[in-house]
Amino acid sequence: MTTSTPKRPPARPWRLSLSDPRVAGLFWQVLVVGIAVAVVAFLWSNAIHNLSVRRISTGFAFLGREAGMPIADSWIDYTPKDTYLRAFIVGIVNTLRVAVIGIVLATVIGTLVGIARLSSNWLLARLAAVYVEVLRDLPLLLQLLFWYVLMQGLPAARQAWKPVEGVYLSNRGLILPSVPLHEANWWTILALVAGLIVFTFVRRRLIAQQMLDGRARPAWPYALGLVVALPALVSFLSGASWSITLPELRGFNFVGGLTLAPEYFALLIALVTYTSAFIAEIVRSGIQAVPRGQSDAAKALGLKRSFVLQHIVLPQALRVIIPPMTSQYLNLTKNSSLAVAVGYQDIVSVANTTLNQTGQAIESIALIMMVFLTISLGISLFMNWYNARIALVER
Amino acid sequence: MSSVAHLPQDPLPIGPRPAPQALGGQLTAWLRANLFASIPSSIMTLLLLFLLGKACIGLWQWGIANAVWIVSGNDSSACRALRGVGACWAVVPEKYRFILFGTYPFDEQWRPALAVVIFIALFAVSSRRSFWRKELFLLWAAALIVIGCLMWGGFLGLSFVTQDRWGGLPVTLILATFGLAFGFPLGILVALGRRSKLPAIRSLCVLYVELIRGVPLISLLFMASVMFPLFMPDGVNIDKLLRAQIAFILYAGAYLAEVVRGGLQAVPRGQYEAGDALGLSYWQKHALIVLPQAIRHVIPPLVNTFIAFFKDTSLVLIIGIFDLLTTAKTAIVDPACSRSASRSMSSSA
Repeated sequence: MTTSTPKRPPARPWRLSLSDPRVAGLFWQVLVVGIAVAVVAFLWSNAIHNLSVRRISTGFAFLGREAGMPIADSWIDYTPKDTYLRAFIVGIVNTLRVAVIGIVLATVIGTLVGIARLSSNWLLARLAAVYVEVLRDLPLLLQLLFWYVLMQGLPAARQAWKPVEGVYLSNRGLILPSVPLHEANWWTILALVAGLIVFTFVRRRLIAQQMLDGRARPAWPYALGLVVALPALVSFLSGASWSITLPELRGFNFVGGLTLAPEYFALLIALVTYTSAFIAEIVRSGIQAVPRGQSDAAKALGLKRSFVLQHIVLPQALRVIIPPMTSQYLNLTKNSSLAVAVGYQDIVSVANTTLNQTGQAIESIALIMMVFLTISLGISLFMNWYNARIALVER
Repeated sequence: MSSVAHLPQDPLPIGPRPAPQALGGQLTAWLRANLFASIPSSIMTLLLLFLLGKACIGLWQWGIANAVWIVSGNDSSACRALRGVGACWAVVPEKYRFILFGTYPFDEQWRPALAVVIFIALFAVSSRRSFWRKELFLLWAAALIVIGCLMWGGFLGLSFVTQDRWGGLPVTLILATFGLAFGFPLGILVALGRRSKLPAIRSLCVLYVELIRGVPLISLLFMASVMFPLFMPDGVNIDKLLRAQIAFILYAGAYLAEVVRGGLQAVPRGQYEAGDALGLSYWQKHALIVLPQAIRHVIPPLVNTFIAFFKDTSLVLIIGIFDLLTTAKTAIVDPACSRSASRSMSSSA
């Protein structure tokens, strides 16, 4: 038996002319890269020259110096006597604190509004549409300033609004009751997380067994044991106390409780409402992308409404929703840099102050870029992993 | 056969059933279907009506009933006395010139006003299909030169106005229009580069797009306002608006490139091959065959990007350029009206 392998045509000799695609390709690449390198080299030599004229030393040595920059709102200990490095870390934590909580809240509110827009209740659907259109069409910066000005117009601490016992809204921000967390509390929380993880595996295993013999095995006893009983036991053994501290007005300010500064609160509201409008549209399009026949068929099989939503509609809708949702999460994270406009000290604000104090422009901007690229890549990687997990498995 | 014979010759005529009759009139039927279809739906409707009513009453009291419409002279005590219970609309007639044109010399403000009119005329003309000819490019170039001359002045008896006194609506329009006018061709080039077979060009384009898209616009603007002078040779000084404009063009270019790339991917491969078979060059193939189809595919996301970009021009506030949002904000720094005016701001922007 003879297998005829197709013979490769003999390589054509190179002609030194632009009509030869290989030569042309090489020519254009060398030209473009050459121009790019020349421009960068020109800018770089200027920068080196200007820096030496201004007596600014390049490098990251300035990070070890004393920052002398006050940061009002910080979750980790910080005083102006600390180093620039620590100030940057505070900035990064502040950015993450807005971004992570913002992403969670925007997803929840956006999903609710998106579903409300599809409601059969005419009034609810119209109000959701108005919400989306108004928030989507106004610049975020405008909305942020609006919320911030509104916060500043709130009454002083002594005349604070008290919608519920223990919750105060004043020009000092939003003050919530809190639970002081000691070591024993952390052990309990750890037990809860561990119980949840184990329960996920147990549930997956139960479903796998059901796939084999078709018998449904209830998961709730495991849930009771792992998610409720285990943390309760740990809490009892370690003697954790879960007493709630209510904030109290003493003098001109509040003592105890959890304080959300007005800058943080305004930024969070603005980011959450703005992004939730976009997420609502994404969720709506995702649900509408599932053919009606799917839920009709499931109902015809006699499945429960919640089961249809959870196992038929949602998995198919998620495939449409996840990719645009990822870019909304990235947008929210990047938009959190608007904090500068209301004086909340996130990474961009800290880097900007550093830049003005030390003149280390290139290093500061490089740090901002590094932080945002890292966060963006992190979100992208996680969402891509999740997307691959829920993707349609085809033959 | 025989079974058929058992059937009665003339089966009883059964007419179509009458359509179900809605109780009450058309309005009641609509209400029942759309607002009170079930008990939870009815509860939701009543709750929403209650909240909506409260909000409307509050807005009426704030915006109309308790509002201050006119203040005499420079006396803002009436506004200050409101303490947020009413709007201070008086700020709008008082400060509208500043909100629209910023710190541009007061007597010369017809110039930016004329520039705005030219911009709007240009947009109106360009949106008519019958004007889509080659001459339109010349018209654009001429109009943009006229606008530049009007804003700067310095000849024909027009006094010279430095760029840092420009502000308000013209700045917003200039940033958005030039940003898109230059960013869009840049985006197309980068999109083509990213799909190129030449590895060096492709990686340069990927680097550019990912770097710009990975960082917030604010840090780009900071870069333009702080770092840019550092990269210039001695004595070269580009003004702030132009630096911000360059940052905006680079930003728009990266985002538009990704949209256009999506369109390029949607063009079937046969179209490229047909172009090759006709012996067209790379540029002919793309300009005549591929791009017209690709861009038609992505018109909706392109419009989304344009609108987002227009909103993003408000960020120049942060590096201290006076666009429309900034002038409105500055106009209301007057503490008397600060709370109420933030709402008037949203209606003016």
